[in-house]
Amino acid sequence: MGIFLFRTAFLVFVPPLKIVRALKQLRFIGFQSILVILLTGAFTGMVLGFQGFYSLSRFGSEAFLGPMVGLALIKELGPVISALMVTGRAGSAVTAEIGIMRMTEQIDALELMGLNPFRYLMVPNFLAAMISLPLLSAVFDVVGIFGGYLVGGKLLGVGAGTYFGEMANYVAMSDVMEGIYKSLCFGIIIVWVCCFKGFYAGILTGFGAEGVSKATTQAVVMSSVLILVSDYFLTSVMF
Amino acid sequence: MILIENLYKKFGANQVFKGLSLRVPDGKVIALIGGSGSGKSVLLKHIAGLIRADRGRILLDGKDMNSINSRDLAALRSRIGFLFQGGALFDSMTVLENVAFPLHEKTKLSADRIEQRALEELDHVGLSGSEYKYPSQLSGGMVKRAALARALITDPEIMLFDEPTTGLDPVTGLSILRLIDSCRRRLSFTGIIVTHEIPRVFDFVDRVALIKDGVVYTEGGTEVFLTSEDPLIKAFLGTLSDEEDQGEQNPSKFDEVVKR
Repeated sequence: MGIFLFRTAFLVFVPPLKIVRALKQLRFIGFQSILVILLTGAFTGMVLGFQGFYSLSRFGSEAFLGPMVGLALIKELGPVISALMVTGRAGSAVTAEIGIMRMTEQIDALELMGLNPFRYLMVPNFLAAMISLPLLSAVFDVVGIFGGYLVGGKLLGVGAGTYFGEMANYVAMSDVMEGIYKSLCFGIIIVWVCCFKGFYAGILTGFGAEGVSKATTQAVVMSSVLILVSDYFLTSVMF
Repeated sequence: MILIENLYKKFGANQVFKGLSLRVPDGKVIALIGGSGSGKSVLLKHIAGLIRADRGRILLDGKDMNSINSRDLAALRSRIGFLFQGGALFDSMTVLENVAFPLHEKTKLSADRIEQRALEELDHVGLSGSEYKYPSQLSGGMVKRAALARALITDPEIMLFDEPTTGLDPVTGLSILRLIDSCRRRLSFTGIIVTHEIPRVFDFVDRVALIKDGVVYTEGGTEVFLTSEDPLIKAFLGTLSDEEDQGEQNPSKFDEVVKR
């Protein structure tokens, strides 16, 4: 798997890049994930608004609802949940697509044309995920923050000035960067695992429809677990 | 010329090739026959460099596919055409895009010129009018034709056909063989056809090789096979008389004969 990732990452810097295919994947992984990110981001922020207000009100610290929601979303929930959503929506599709291409000898056909399948299949997905994940995470954060305000501010009475003002006081640029670094790492994990499982679908999981099905399931489970495990270690390093 | 010398390949416990040797002279087309699972398609993938042999040499114009570097392999592959059993068309592309794809990727021709070449090639294989269909909208015969057009558009010097008529009705199968023959006359490629169309394919090839037990059991002109008294060859041709038949043409005993 290490060599697989190295070959993909190496070809990102070696032209020619398949720009059209990369844009197509950017649309698929990024743009077409926006709706699910908007929904999950909004409801995550709203839940945080409720739970945060309930917890903080015990200490008479409702004024810190903004920073609490902001930090939780920007540093942790935004990158992690958006990565999990992209894994389920786009990562599984990438595995299935590449797996079917493997089963139907389309990847062999690429090789026989003297073309590098890594350049055609992995690199565009890699670039698309690297660009999409931080942006989707940012969308998740913004929507979540407004979701938190909707509940904390409009429903439970925390003032807009307090909510956003305290957030601006306590959320630093380093917190935003932490979220971006995490999103980039999660993007690598998603593409790495999902492309690998698809590319070696026949060998690793057996042939035919069942092989693709197993590869897809394994890709989603493995990516999700790795995202959560790596999140712990990344947080430990950046703490 | 394709020259295979002393080829060995093992998958797990299954020893597929046990010193297989074969020679295909320039401009000649050979039919590769043998029982199911005898390694015919695997041999084609070895020749194309998709699988590396454990031992032995596969020489294409003097270059050993087993030890060639990736850059030379890519260059050599651009001179090879491969017709996959299932066509291997890119299912997200139309027929026209599939056929034009190798030229888009490997040449500096203008888009208009590439489209013109692709349309010409589709016309050659009788697929005019199906340019904008997707592979899933095509019949089995049309998929083979489209795949043949894609394989031939770069004017390959070597063509490898993996069971080009499998899954097709007899009439369509014959039309595919005739199409391959007409393409061969047009392009003069060196070719190998893996097939079970015996003896029908004999009208379209120069030589025939029978694979058994990981080696070439018999190789020669079509007349060698048609006049052979070898029970195995006769079993493949389906010409054993009732008196000679000791189970060779009996489906339930055929595998035993092949093993013998």
